[in-house]
Amino acid sequence: MSDVSAVLIEARGLKKVYGRPGDKTGFTAVDGIDFQVRRGEAFGVLGANGAGKSSTMRMIACVSPVTEGSLRILGWDTGRDGARIRARLGVVPQDDTIDSELTVRENLLIYGRYFGLSWKVLRERSARLLEFARLTEKAGDAVATLSGGMRRRLTIARALINEPEIVLLDEPTTGLDPQARHLLWERLFQLKQDGVTLLLTTHYMDEAEQLCDRLVVMDAGKIVAEGTPAELIARHTLREVLELRFAPGERQVMIEKCRGLAERIEELPDRLLLSTDNGEETLSAVHRQGVQPLTALVRRSSLEDVFLTLTGRSLLD
Amino acid sequence: MDTLARAFSAPAFRELGYWLFRYRRTWRGSIVISVGNPLLFLTALGLGLGKLVDHGNSAYLQGHSYLTFILPGILIAGVMQTAFLEASGPVMQGALPRGSYRAAASTPLEPAGILYGHLMYWTLRAAQNAVLFTCVSMLFGTVDPARAPLLVLVAILVAVAFASPAAAWAVTVTRPSQINAMFRFVVLPLYMFSGTFFPIEQLPDWLRRLAWLTPLWHGVDLGRTVALGTATTSGVLVHLAYLAVMVAAGLYVARRTYRRRLYV
Repeated sequence: MSDVSAVLIEARGLKKVYGRPGDKTGFTAVDGIDFQVRRGEAFGVLGANGAGKSSTMRMIACVSPVTEGSLRILGWDTGRDGARIRARLGVVPQDDTIDSELTVRENLLIYGRYFGLSWKVLRERSARLLEFARLTEKAGDAVATLSGGMRRRLTIARALINEPEIVLLDEPTTGLDPQARHLLWERLFQLKQDGVTLLLTTHYMDEAEQLCDRLVVMDAGKIVAEGTPAELIARHTLREVLELRFAPGERQVMIEKCRGLAERIEELPDRLLLSTDNGEETLSAVHRQGVQPLTALVRRSSLEDVFLTLTGRSLLD
Repeated sequence: MDTLARAFSAPAFRELGYWLFRYRRTWRGSIVISVGNPLLFLTALGLGLGKLVDHGNSAYLQGHSYLTFILPGILIAGVMQTAFLEASGPVMQGALPRGSYRAAASTPLEPAGILYGHLMYWTLRAAQNAVLFTCVSMLFGTVDPARAPLLVLVAILVAVAFASPAAAWAVTVTRPSQINAMFRFVVLPLYMFSGTFFPIEQLPDWLRRLAWLTPLWHGVDLGRTVALGTATTSGVLVHLAYLAVMVAAGLYVARRTYRRRLYV
């Protein structure tokens, strides 16, 4: 247990098919993926909606049987030792299961009881977790009075009641406003500092860049890339991206004129992305071609561009 | 024995704890209903309809007043109705994506533990209702205190016999309208035609045979014969066997439907 590089989660040829066993018409959500998550690491699963992220998370949470392959968590098999594994996981599901019949504090207490913790331990821990989630003031309030961000923080506090070794977060900031997202990131970063292993799915590349030490990119049930955010950017993109926007009428003509000016050109519905090693030079070349964009922006390549390169699609489609 | 042993294992008690915790908010109202319900029946039937019926001096009542005859039936039918309602709506809600069952399923609890914990809660609620109802009835002299404990036990058995299959079904349901339909087209007709309000002996032959098959009649007849002291060994055994099969079959199916629904 003291081995810091210990593998806590190991998936081999992991597959999830929805539908009856043996039924050929079943839907394959996860299509034979391999990955490892090590102790203390913040591991991200990046992908568009429907890529298989949530199915993967549910299998890891031991509430969804593995169709094929093996999934071992803390050395145990998810099929046989589900209860033992769940006892040491903290789960923050996409659809939160906060109980609106109970108050904020009661949600922590009652959830903790499911783990067989004593009331004495729970009173102490819930006070500490409410503090952590910045919800102490709201302790006695009905859950209905919480904002989206507070509700999510309560879900995270609740997931920590059993002092889990691994915390699973399925799209933790989806639907939150920017301020609430930043507060949540700050809290998750604190958890990471405390040595908790985090496994999170997201379709926000800034979230992945902020929080993840290492990540995999999923597309159509498969892992298409793996590495640290910096590695992925270095491996799959050029250094910079030139973003151009055009007036609707002349868009097509302008795009044609830009061909050949950059190694990769991606057409998005609202803008044109030119991957290049030097954005300013490319912009000069664009101007020399007589192209007149409405706006032009040079920026560093990001995970968004990695995703676009790998899948040909934008993350937020 | 395996089923019984698991029912008393700790995880199920954690689920029971959840429902009892929630019940803290509504217990006062539920007590008022449990006491008020028999009071209404005692008044309406004892002072109203009962006078009319007793005037007819029906041989089907075997010398009992209509009120004495009908009270065990009202209790058992009411217990069935409550068991159905508590084991359908809340179960469906619990199994929805944001439901309480989902929260419990992400902890060490297994679907069977969730089922047994909730079942214990229904059992306790039925016991509470039956005890209060019977006590109020005893105060009015309509239930013999010596036989009252047996009547309460029958009521609890009926609650479990109906709650188990109801939960087995409700956990697969996703729309409240399905539960309303089941209540209207199955539970209410049972309430009406299982000898709750009248002896089924006075029904036409074909309807009586149909009533014999209904699960509620077995509960009502068991409760009534026990309360009135007219029970026969063979009758009791048939009723008990029928209700026991409902419990066993209900739990057998529920264990599977719970697992299938919570572990997708």
